[in-house]
Amino acid sequence: MNLSKARQGYNGVVLAVPVTVPYERYSIETAHWWIGKALRALAEGTGISHRDFDGFSVSSFTMGPDSAIALTQHFGLSPRHLDHVPMGGAAGIVSIRRAARAVQAGDADIVACVAADTNQVDTFRKTLANFSRFAQDASYPYGAGGPNASFALIARHYMDAYGATREDFGKLCVAQRDNALKNPHALMKKPLTLDQYLSSKPIAEPFHLFDCVMPCAGAEAFLVLREETAKALDLPFVRLLSAIERHNAFPDDPIQVRGGWVLDRDELYAMAGAKPDDMDFVQTYDDYAVISMMQFEDLGFCKKGEGPDFVRANTFTIDGSMPHNTSGGQLSAGQAGAAGGHLGITEAIRQLLGTAGATQVKEAQLGLVSGFGMINYDRGLASAAAILARA
Amino acid sequence: MTEPLAKPNRKNPLSRTNQPLLPPSARSRKAHGLTLAACVGRFMLQCCGECGRYTYPVREACPNCLSSNLRFMDAATGGTLISETQIEASGDPYYRGHMPWRTGLVRLDCGPSAVVHLHGECGGPGSSLRLSLQLDRAGQAVFFAHPISETPNMEDDPQWRELTADPKDRRVLITDGRSLVAVALARALGKAGAARIFVGVADGWKPFDERQALEAIEGVELVDLDLTSERSVQELAMDIGARVEILVNTADHVRPAHLFEAGAANSAREAMDHTVMGLMRLAQAFGPVMRSRGADGAAGAVAWVNVLSVHGLSSMPQFGVHSAAHAACQSLSQWLRSELRQGGVRVINAFTGPLDTEWFQTVPPPKVAPRMLADAVVDGLRRGLEDIYVGDVARDIEARLFDNPKAVEREAGQ
Repeated sequence: MNLSKARQGYNGVVLAVPVTVPYERYSIETAHWWIGKALRALAEGTGISHRDFDGFSVSSFTMGPDSAIALTQHFGLSPRHLDHVPMGGAAGIVSIRRAARAVQAGDADIVACVAADTNQVDTFRKTLANFSRFAQDASYPYGAGGPNASFALIARHYMDAYGATREDFGKLCVAQRDNALKNPHALMKKPLTLDQYLSSKPIAEPFHLFDCVMPCAGAEAFLVLREETAKALDLPFVRLLSAIERHNAFPDDPIQVRGGWVLDRDELYAMAGAKPDDMDFVQTYDDYAVISMMQFEDLGFCKKGEGPDFVRANTFTIDGSMPHNTSGGQLSAGQAGAAGGHLGITEAIRQLLGTAGATQVKEAQLGLVSGFGMINYDRGLASAAAILARA
Repeated sequence: MTEPLAKPNRKNPLSRTNQPLLPPSARSRKAHGLTLAACVGRFMLQCCGECGRYTYPVREACPNCLSSNLRFMDAATGGTLISETQIEASGDPYYRGHMPWRTGLVRLDCGPSAVVHLHGECGGPGSSLRLSLQLDRAGQAVFFAHPISETPNMEDDPQWRELTADPKDRRVLITDGRSLVAVALARALGKAGAARIFVGVADGWKPFDERQALEAIEGVELVDLDLTSERSVQELAMDIGARVEILVNTADHVRPAHLFEAGAANSAREAMDHTVMGLMRLAQAFGPVMRSRGADGAAGAVAWVNVLSVHGLSSMPQFGVHSAAHAACQSLSQWLRSELRQGGVRVINAFTGPLDTEWFQTVPPPKVAPRMLADAVVDGLRRGLEDIYVGDVARDIEARLFDNPKAVEREAGQ
């Protein structure tokens, strides 16, 4: 049964004011402090008061016991579009999709999309121990390895099934480190060689230290608004061409080998009037390199199982054949909790505004951002992607 | 081949004893359906009463048809390993002390995929495995995958040993030596590799038939222990408490008495003193030291076994006092279980039908031979069970209590 109708385009929807609140490995502050910093930077970047944001969309793992509504009072906001998007690495694109429709319909004019998490010394362990009911019942008690252990199972199977090697994963990690060295906000400041990657200490086979992101505190934020609003505020902007999301796709796969992108990618490219080859850069959700490889396949850059060959055939630095995670990604910039899903978006906006500085891809006109999140039990449930274009 | 367990060395009195820690123990209420199965060594998953599909992790509704009629049903124990990992880093203090830890994702023959603990001798991805539900140190149910066929020393696998209470290389106290049960237990535990078997005897100057048989068993040491005397129990605990890794409480006091008989209360008081109060005295003396030694190396304190009458679960009128005393012991064992769990020490109740001993002379068969009871206890320790039902009568009552406890009550003694 197909009850779907063709989706409306995102005509007139733009993104502006990419904000990164510089990350810290550990913070004594709460998530609220980081959200406040991000809102302030958005207001400063817009030139109006944060009270004039009539839409607010927030993602965070550590803002409890508050939900989005409590934050309105906390920060003195009076929005008419309010959203809490607890979807981890997919939250950024999901919040764009919702905000886009709100501004298109006139339910809101300016939506502030903010993702922030703190990282106090015990935050990460507590987040893992209380992540979800299925995780509590059925994965965390098995070695308490958290996402490293869960994705290690997926990675090992992917290697067995498609012939990927640690060197392939390492190539992506090393390229991202090269990119990160050009990003002043990246937490990782030292170069990484493939040898160092290969010989680092094991965490959960096949993962070693440099396969894993470093949890940290930080915030990412941007605005979603109509083109005319951006022009009235004299804000440089980029266009939203298309966006997809899908949750718990392929529930009968015994182990994850693909994400929901596969179901929706044709629509993603059709709405944008583009194809994978047209992308000047790609920002994947890189909680692990194997997941980036899965995204190359599922977003149509190569066929299923060809991810390893695709990696071998391309280069992924800013000046590479496929500029990828140009800010260094989470692997080298750090994973500030839910902000990890917004990191690729702010970087993509900068690339298309031409304000990416040292990480700028030359003449970037069109870019793809992908999100992935929520390992509820044995697999990441949420997948999302968006195509953005220079205005 | 599993590396055979090294004989524990005499402990350096200067070295620190590791404090017991527990694996993550938060579970949803529904997940305790797995606990129920693990306690008795069954392998059960939720199965939809409408569409017949098995599902996992534990849910409130069938993801296939949304029926809430999800019952825990016995399932095929086979599975195929899809992927595996060896965890080398964890933020959890319990697992940090047990790295590396091998886990895998298994496609169960009944349908769903499950994350499992992997025995070290399981083959890589693609291998066939046999699954069981086990209780971990926190007393929570977890899946464990075994190789299909026996491998040398497989019981010594360190992950498996964490999930069981194998008597091998451990020291045992049997609390009441004046019974055929004690002799059978001492023999079975000795055969299972127990390093030492202390057997408590009250009023040692009084001769008893089993002394010679006990003394003939290698590793047995008779010790003074009168469960009706707090002082006696405390003195023994001071002497050997820190050397007991498995305690098997065999205390019993079977005397028939009719409820309306004059003096029945005295009979009950005496039975309670031997059984319930005896258990309480033991708990007070041995509980704290055993709990503190729950992580004391590969042969640390691991289990407390109560040999109880199945009639403690539903009264048998001919042995009403006995039934009441054991009902009280069962309640006390739950209390003790919650205390010892903090040290990762499991409390096992072996519910037995009438034993083939003099005090049950009037009871018709089937009865439980002491050896059958002893073998069941050793089997329960090796498999890490929590509730053991010994003999046909006990298993009959177990099944019927599960089905309809009122029917068991109405038909008792008929």
